Amino acid sequence: MAIDRIEKTAKNLVLTVQDYSLFAYRAFLNLWRPPIYWPEFLVQADIIGFGSLSIVVLSGLSTGGVLALQSAATLSAFGATAVTGQFVSLTMIRELGPVLTGVMVSGRNASSMASELGSMVVTEQIDAMRALGVDPMRKLVTPRIFSSIVMLFFLTIVADACGILGGAAVTVFMNHQNGTQYLDMAWEHLRYPDIVQGLVKPLFFGYILSSIGCFYGMRTSGGTEGVGRSTIQAVVTASVLIIFVDFLLTQVLLSLFR
Amino acid sequence: MNTSSISQPQGPAPAADDGPVVAFRNVSIAFDGPPVLQDVSFSVAPGETRILLGPAGVGKSVLLKLTNGLLRPDRGSIQLFGEEISHMPEEMLFPLRTRAGMVFQEGALFDSLTVRDNVAYQLIQERVPDGEIDSRVRDALRFVELEETFGLYPASLSGGMRRRVAIARALIRQPELLLYDSPTGGLDPVTSTTIIELIVKERDVYHTPSLMVTYRLQDAFIMCTHRFDPEQGRMVSLPKGETDPNTTFLMLEEGRLIFDGSLHELIHSQNQFVREFLD
Repeated sequence: MAIDRIEKTAKNLVLTVQDYSLFAYRAFLNLWRPPIYWPEFLVQADIIGFGSLSIVVLSGLSTGGVLALQSAATLSAFGATAVTGQFVSLTMIRELGPVLTGVMVSGRNASSMASELGSMVVTEQIDAMRALGVDPMRKLVTPRIFSSIVMLFFLTIVADACGILGGAAVTVFMNHQNGTQYLDMAWEHLRYPDIVQGLVKPLFFGYILSSIGCFYGMRTSGGTEGVGRSTIQAVVTASVLIIFVDFLLTQVLLSLFR
Repeated sequence: MNTSSISQPQGPAPAADDGPVVAFRNVSIAFDGPPVLQDVSFSVAPGETRILLGPAGVGKSVLLKLTNGLLRPDRGSIQLFGEEISHMPEEMLFPLRTRAGMVFQEGALFDSLTVRDNVAYQLIQERVPDGEIDSRVRDALRFVELEETFGLYPASLSGGMRRRVAIARALIRQPELLLYDSPTGGLDPVTSTTIIELIVKERDVYHTPSLMVTYRLQDAFIMCTHRFDPEQGRMVSLPKGETDPNTTFLMLEEGRLIFDGSLHELIHSQNQFVREFLD
């Protein structure tokens, strides 16, 4: 009995990975093939980009502030509080900016994609679209993926900037250190490989969060309960995958820029 | 309804020289369990209206979705407009599907779009000029007597109105085939009759071949025993004993097609399941 259950779960897992791979492959190819639905792209860019701006700004500011607080406490033991700016900017730009933005945006948008497309599936709107001769992959999925990749790139830059500013505010107003020194250190020790690392990651994370959100939405079954299930699966899978892929990407990018 | 008074069909038979619009040959499909459809074979001729009867859960909607390639069969062949679609790639199916209109069980209107944009969905994709879209949408809505809903959203429409808008959406490009998935399911008798009247009107005005799924015997009988009178602008009964010659029946039982014939043959069938269904 238990063996059967394990076997069934394993088969389902393999089948899901296979389905997602095919879905992600098709979605990726559609990014380069016309028709591209520009109005849908702009609508999604507004929802994903502008709609997520407030949470990205807030999380960036507070993460930068926390980094400044924690690092100053540790660095003061070695008399190295002057490098707080370097620490905050490198951590934000190389790691926390892209990952935090990816996770925050996936919490907001992968869930909305899964629930929106899932509702369309259970009310037969996706079938209706196909019956009307329109490919839902191109009409619904591709604009969401395209706009997620583009907007996550810019949102990450915003998060990086807010993180450095949040760190500066904490450094000046709470740690009572020199703000000019903080910003000088933050800027001077930045190298192109750091910036490239920080800006390559959101391209992958944008693709992951949107393709996962759309994938779970499009395979929804079981009515409104199924929509809820798809939404949870989309957020959990996208967040975990972003963190895991970040580890792999960091390895690859570090070896490239060594 | 007194079914015993209905005699053999009279009037013109469907054109035999053209090939069938839809042809199923030994089609079977299953989803993680016992087969939903087994060895189903039938065809829809030009000008013909076929009514697929059967209780809930026998695979009627699945059969309808197989007809325009929304589902793929496990075995057998399906021809739509003379083209084999059972293994056709999805990209090639899209242009073929635009030639067929489909009315879904609950209407399946896009809830984020207005009635105008729902009805005009295909025309908008084809980048038809706005003026022409408005005029064609108003024509389609006038056909279903819902012109006043032009700018409304589906959420503000009743169940029956949504079905009528769905019919307008299916008709706007003057399709070569119409597929109706339980168009009266869950509606009150008066609204159901309104919907059936629209389907009869479409059949008798445009003569579009169609395949209609229903579990409601009364709807099927009304379609067979009535015609649309353009002078009176409403559906009227055919003379006693007459039936529409181009409206015929199919019946499914547990995934198998157990009946294919006219109303006369249906009511005189000796099949146990058919008799129980009619009774």
